[in-house]
Amino acid sequence: MSYITKSPWVIHYDGSSCNGCDIEVLACLTPLYDLERFGIVNTGNPKHADVFLITGGINEQSRAVVKNTYDQMPDPKVVVAVGICAATGGVFRECYNIMGGVNEVIPVDVYVPGCAARPESIIDGVVRALGILEEKRAKMAENGGDKK
Amino acid sequence: MSNRIVVPFGPQHPVLPEPIHLDLVLEDERVVEAIPTIGYIHRGLEKLVEKRDFKDYVLIAERICGICSFTHSVTYCNAIEQIMGIEVPPRAQFIRTIWMEYSRMHSHLLWLGLTADAMGFENLFMNAWRLREEILDDMEATTGGRVIQGSSKVGGIRLDIPDEKLGEMVDHLKAIRPRLEESNRIFTHDQTVRHRMRGLGVLTKEEAWDLGAVGPVARGSGCDMDVRSSGYSAYGELGFKPITLPHGDCLDRCLVRSQEVLAAVDLVERAVAKMPDGPIEEKVKGNPDGECFAFTEQPRGECMHYVKANGTKNLVRHRVRTPTLTNIPPLVKMLAGIELADVPVVVLTIDPCIGCAER
Repeated sequence: MSYITKSPWVIHYDGSSCNGCDIEVLACLTPLYDLERFGIVNTGNPKHADVFLITGGINEQSRAVVKNTYDQMPDPKVVVAVGICAATGGVFRECYNIMGGVNEVIPVDVYVPGCAARPESIIDGVVRALGILEEKRAKMAENGGDKK
Repeated sequence: MSNRIVVPFGPQHPVLPEPIHLDLVLEDERVVEAIPTIGYIHRGLEKLVEKRDFKDYVLIAERICGICSFTHSVTYCNAIEQIMGIEVPPRAQFIRTIWMEYSRMHSHLLWLGLTADAMGFENLFMNAWRLREEILDDMEATTGGRVIQGSSKVGGIRLDIPDEKLGEMVDHLKAIRPRLEESNRIFTHDQTVRHRMRGLGVLTKEEAWDLGAVGPVARGSGCDMDVRSSGYSAYGELGFKPITLPHGDCLDRCLVRSQEVLAAVDLVERAVAKMPDGPIEEKVKGNPDGECFAFTEQPRGECMHYVKANGTKNLVRHRVRTPTLTNIPPLVKMLAGIELADVPVVVLTIDPCIGCAER
């Protein structure tokens, strides 16, 4: 855990999930699981966030919102797709309004399995994402603060 | 006459975990109109009945919503069972009732926590969610899932709860009951909570009736409406009585829910005391042919599943009407005339579950 030098902030958006993964994301923040012990805070503002937790597949109406939220986050940033719907569309992949997983719209760094994803796996996914975030930050520093 | 401005609320916002968009038309700080836009999590799962076997579809019906999940699967099963004339064994009915009341407890505790959070009462939020985890522990021990259980099937249930586990569940509920009462006492007596919610977003009994409010929204306005009174599953044998409160404001809607948590504990205790022995499922032969409306009381209110079948393994039509959709017109009424800062609390008091509403 030595790579956590800053307090990473998390933003959560529900792409088109059934709520199952959403409430498990919230459960991570509450006393039993307590993500805040890693310094992780849930924020509502994309401009404050480092980690984008997204649940559910992508549909026609949420596509623009997901893209917009992602674009507003400052670099470096990581995306964690929580639950099987966010990975592939899950049980809903054959529904007429589901375009597929989150990677149809934005690049995903970590996939968390499960339906609904368990809080333990979500925490594991976020902690892994923090490692990737740190790598991205180091790479940006090498390039003089530039993303590429 | 001051200028009117429009403040967009959502779909991505810090109050609700789910996306809904409201255009709030303001005159100074006061909301004069609220125009909802929905459809951010519409998946179109009703149409999947044409591709899935009607027995497998139970699992998809359960995923309409991750909070009322078990109630959705039972409602769907009830509809199919009524079409096919299947007699579900009494033990299965009782265990379904226990799980439905557990979902009610965890859903209401979740909601009480979110409301406290919307008021800025962080401590109460954490406390409610800590209590919720204890309810989920028993849910997980008996079904294997925390929020999506997958334990109901057409004709009965997949898993039995052994009698010794039923005893342990009752002991556990007895142990957490004083803590539930303590948490309820904060909602009833705390000055901050009363100040934020008393007299806010009032919906009179007539308005609740005319606008079609259901569930705790209707009961908080004094309407005695609870589908559990019709006695589906095992409710008929448990002496169920709905909880109603008269004021129709945010506090009463909140107190209906906090009292229902304790009522659910009572129902589970009574169900365990009367638990019959016997099989847990009835064999299902053939395919359904006909149509049926099935109603249940979800944590959020009345839920309706309509099923139409034509004798093949795929259904012709599945239509769901969920309590959140029905409660949006009352919400629009409640929002008119309140201050902008109170909008999150009022929106939360209908317990919006967008996953259900848009499917």
